[in-house]
Amino acid sequence: MIQYLLRRVLYALPILLAINVITFVLFFMVNTPDDMARLHLGNKNVTQAAVNNWKVEHGYQWPLFLNTNAQGALKLTETLFFQKSLKLFLFDFGRSDGGRDISYDISTRMWASLAIALPLLFIGLLVDILFAIVMVLFKDSLFDISGVVFCTLLMSISSLFYIIGGQFLFGKLLKWFPISGYDGGFESIRFVLLPIMVALISGLGGSARWYRTLFLEEVNKDYVKTARAKGLSWFTVLRRHILKNAMLPILTGIVVIIPSLFMGSLILESFFGVPGLGSYIIDAIVQQDFAIVRAMVFLGSMLYILGLILTDVTYTIADPRVRLS
Amino acid sequence: MTFYLTDVCLLTLLSLTAILLVWSLRKPPTRKVFKQLIKRPMAACSGLVLMFFLIVGIVDSIHITGTSKTVDAADTLLDVFLSPLGDVYEKTYSEPLALKSFSSEIRINNGVMQQVYPSLKYPHHLFRSESDKIQWLSQVILKDLLSVFLFMLIIGGAWFHWSRPKQSTLFWSVLLTGFILLSLVVITYHISRSLHVLGTGKIGQDVFYTTVKSIRTGLVIGLLTTLFMMPLALLLGITAGYFGGLIDDIIQFVYTTLSSIPGVLLITASVLSLQTYMANHPDYFSTMAKSADARLLALCFILGITSWTSLCRVLRAETLKLRELDYIQAAHALGSSHWTIITKHMLPNVMPIVLITLVLDFSFLVLAEAVLSYVGVGVSPTTISWGNMINGARLELAREPVVWWPMFAAFFAMFGLVLASNLFADAVRDVLDPHNV
Repeated sequence: MIQYLLRRVLYALPILLAINVITFVLFFMVNTPDDMARLHLGNKNVTQAAVNNWKVEHGYQWPLFLNTNAQGALKLTETLFFQKSLKLFLFDFGRSDGGRDISYDISTRMWASLAIALPLLFIGLLVDILFAIVMVLFKDSLFDISGVVFCTLLMSISSLFYIIGGQFLFGKLLKWFPISGYDGGFESIRFVLLPIMVALISGLGGSARWYRTLFLEEVNKDYVKTARAKGLSWFTVLRRHILKNAMLPILTGIVVIIPSLFMGSLILESFFGVPGLGSYIIDAIVQQDFAIVRAMVFLGSMLYILGLILTDVTYTIADPRVRLS
Repeated sequence: MTFYLTDVCLLTLLSLTAILLVWSLRKPPTRKVFKQLIKRPMAACSGLVLMFFLIVGIVDSIHITGTSKTVDAADTLLDVFLSPLGDVYEKTYSEPLALKSFSSEIRINNGVMQQVYPSLKYPHHLFRSESDKIQWLSQVILKDLLSVFLFMLIIGGAWFHWSRPKQSTLFWSVLLTGFILLSLVVITYHISRSLHVLGTGKIGQDVFYTTVKSIRTGLVIGLLTTLFMMPLALLLGITAGYFGGLIDDIIQFVYTTLSSIPGVLLITASVLSLQTYMANHPDYFSTMAKSADARLLALCFILGITSWTSLCRVLRAETLKLRELDYIQAAHALGSSHWTIITKHMLPNVMPIVLITLVLDFSFLVLAEAVLSYVGVGVSPTTISWGNMINGARLELAREPVVWWPMFAAFFAMFGLVLASNLFADAVRDVLDPHNV
């Protein structure tokens, strides 16, 4: 098991390195640091001296890959690729273009993201699966058909409308919740309820339909016929056999996203003014702060790869047929 | 005539699809599947609605050198059809079908200050009063409904006479959808000649006009992305699965890497560097409209590059499965070349998967455009799109009294397109993939 994990982690390294190179090419070679400096200083009438000054201030003064002016190993380390990209592997995110410490920002902001993402994951799972089970329980009835139609309607509405509609209805008209904002400690409950509710409804259509399909796939299998022929009731078969088997793909789908929960949701957080990592990215985009975007791309990819490894491990625990090789 | 990059791509893509469709319909198995599809009431109705959106998109993609004075963009056929809606600008907001402006202004009349709601510029039929307008509206609606009804009666009668449809659900549902769609189009168009059907927006632009013009942006994003995605996924997926070995390893590494980066972040990073690039090279594009158009195309390209991986993975797995089948082995034994085997045996067999993915992706992409535009990494702010409409409408809902109509218009137009494509995708999946429930 440990050997397998070690191999997976080693396999993840070249992928992370490739991601690193991609972001490096996007941010340093398509646009040179000079372009970046001009963008920040305003495009017109910028002197080369001002550009150089900005670059030194923000640590962009090195050459891309090879520093011919330096000695020995410094030839490789005093370069943009080493300073800005490879250091991400050591979780050294450096400073944002605005001058703030990115690591500190991440460690303070991720709790707000978690406060929304974690409850949302569990409540969402519960509601979606319950809805799907009831639809399968009354398979082919009017409830089932109208349930599917309802899900398709929900799926066809942009998530932006759910957020705007939720804010308008519950925040502005009914005044049940504050429209946006955030507060630490127990006060935060008041603020996270509305975003969670909105995200729940906006995700319900797609997930419930997908779970229903998974359950129905199991329903058509032979062991269900056997169980029915034994005389078990439809409800018992559903609970004891179908659910257990269908939970496998659902479980693995969940495990992948667990590490990424830290990253939060981009639009949800920025609409509701939650100071999490999602709104952090949006702010960075608006301010054209590439250092933050680069760090977040790397962090997000790393968490996703971690999720993939976790998924494989869960598979072996949940499904005895699967063996690690 | 002027051609924009996206025009050329969209029209080429559509004509290629049309040629492929006609060509493949000559083969009996494809024809059978196609017949099954259009005989499903749900598929026929949603297909009809999609067809309508598509026609609007095509008409809006033929740019003729324009007479438009307000923007430097060339007019499209649609602009000519809708004119003068694109050129009429009121001062600011006005409610749907209103005669007067939404906000009052202070005027000095004979030395007395008065708060008045100024009349709009647009209504040509200078209605004398509100009741005048309502009378005219009810007349228009009644007349149009009647003529559309008569038209559908003729269509339905002809259909019934020539082909005697056995499934009455199909017959009635298609006729009903056609009736609703056609009367909606005719009535709104008729009213838009004299009033702002959906009111006006912040800078006084006609909301009905922007809503209709946004259709093209949505379609371009949904369709052109596939233009970039498909060749990559097909080529790499089939190559990886078919040849295996080192090629397979390399391709797998590439798509694992790309799919490891969270989609939104990769798109964001790409669009940001594109934005900087375009900001630093403003001389590449002759007009603002050309640069916005190039950005739209680049967005499709970026979306395509970031979304081919999932289809590629599925295609690789499917090709791996197909490769071991007896008839492929037989083809090998008979000395067919790799090229023949791939084009004659592999491609037709993976086509259902490709088609299902394409129609499923379409609605996803239309929805994604709105989200990306909100985040600030979508289409250019000068492009008319639902994303930009929603973005502006967000603040309007916070106003007192509420300005609800731009939001309302974007919501229903988008909902119509996405719902139709979702329903169509369901039908396509049911027909092509009988294993799926």
